[in-house]
Amino acid sequence: MIRVVLPAHLKNLAHVTGEVRLEVTDPVEGAGPVTLRLVLDTLEARYPMLLGTIRDRHSGKRRAFVRFYACEEDLSNESPDAALPERVSAGEEPFIILGAMAGG
Amino acid sequence: MSGVRVLVGTRKGAFTLTSDGRRGDWTVEGPHFGGWEIFHLTGSPANPDRLYASQSGGWFGQLIQRSDDGGRTWTTAGNDFAYSGEVGEHLWYDGTPRPWEFKRIWHLEPSRDDPDTVYAGAEDAALYVTTDGGQKWTELTALRTHPTGPAWQPGAGGMCLHTIILDPVNKGRIYVAISAAGAFRSDDAGASWLPINKGLRSGEIPDQDSEVGHCVHHITQHPSRPDTLFMQKHWDVMRSDDAGANWREVSGNLPSDFGFPIAVHAHEPETIYVVPIKSDSEHYPPEGKLRVYRSRTGGDDWEPLTTGLPQSDCYVNVYRDAMAVDTLDPCGIYFGTTGGQVYHSADGGDSWAPIVRDLPPVLSVEAQVLP
Repeated sequence: MIRVVLPAHLKNLAHVTGEVRLEVTDPVEGAGPVTLRLVLDTLEARYPMLLGTIRDRHSGKRRAFVRFYACEEDLSNESPDAALPERVSAGEEPFIILGAMAGG
Repeated sequence: MSGVRVLVGTRKGAFTLTSDGRRGDWTVEGPHFGGWEIFHLTGSPANPDRLYASQSGGWFGQLIQRSDDGGRTWTTAGNDFAYSGEVGEHLWYDGTPRPWEFKRIWHLEPSRDDPDTVYAGAEDAALYVTTDGGQKWTELTALRTHPTGPAWQPGAGGMCLHTIILDPVNKGRIYVAISAAGAFRSDDAGASWLPINKGLRSGEIPDQDSEVGHCVHHITQHPSRPDTLFMQKHWDVMRSDDAGANWREVSGNLPSDFGFPIAVHAHEPETIYVVPIKSDSEHYPPEGKLRVYRSRTGGDDWEPLTTGLPQSDCYVNVYRDAMAVDTLDPCGIYFGTTGGQVYHSADGGDSWAPIVRDLPPVLSVEAQVLP
């Protein structure tokens, strides 16, 4: 089980409060590493209204003003296929999606 | 008695303003989608309870929202606005080629008779259509792939397709306008397009007779005179009486012919309204006086409408989609400002009053008459 923290706007959009808890299973390997791509695929499958809000629908590229944090690390520029920290995949720490600081 | 619902898109959410047919007392609801830019909020002429909103933001991109109950509740519709086929290139500000890149939907134009059919105008310029209430959007590619497309260049606000007119008489005829490519007409439901910019004069481009490159700000049409179009260009107010084939200037005695919106009276096809702005570099009313100008002669002769509008120290702008009319009698006129005021006139423009004064900057205003 993966814990995901969404920014306020996306919580409203998905009609959720608090953390989102996802059961993430690699559809090919079954027990492969939990990756960013897998978490976002699972998140978007459960909340299709989030499609396109975190990453480009076609290229998969992270939107410029979206950041990914976990375990006090900035994972925004990590490969989407890199394994997330063990404490995230174990559900001990949340995977945090947030809007970058920008005025307006 | 009929009622009126005014749909307001702002920098920080959507609002609905409702009143009975007297248009004296108003109820304000919102913000819907608080914190998001609502570039355009509009309703279906065929079913006024069917609303569509273009919800956009720098952080989380483009969304389309749909309501089936007049804006009380909303559901997220499709937001896959992919360019179809080869993306191609247009000119960037520095004159170099740049691939088309989707940024946002500026304008939604519902069909006159089918609530599930809506056209959408995008930045970078492209035209999309849905026939299933917004779930799936299909690009009408002939516009973006027009032979002149590689020469299109964005205006300062982006290369936006901001105006869509679905001709009420000639089925299959569509007009669009793009900043700063110009105006285009299709007579075959978007399968092919003709630039309609003859007679426009733009000092910002070297070739005054250029087929494209004119910064058209907005176009409007009265449904009873489908071949007559009124245009607010970057500079100049223009009209055409032959479906855009030729344009002539009708700026007449306006204090400035720069501006963004233009609207036509619901019952008088030769009565039109503009809001002059001082200049391209000073986007506020001349002399700090907020004046709507009305022509009852289809242009050339204009009168200032000032009663109820601030006549000193006013430095707001009115964006291209932020003026609308209702179809009641007398005709109601509405406009929203970058200062967050929404003004209305229930007497064709003779007098004005604010409905609200302190909304976020207003991006769009539409008016619906309710049964």
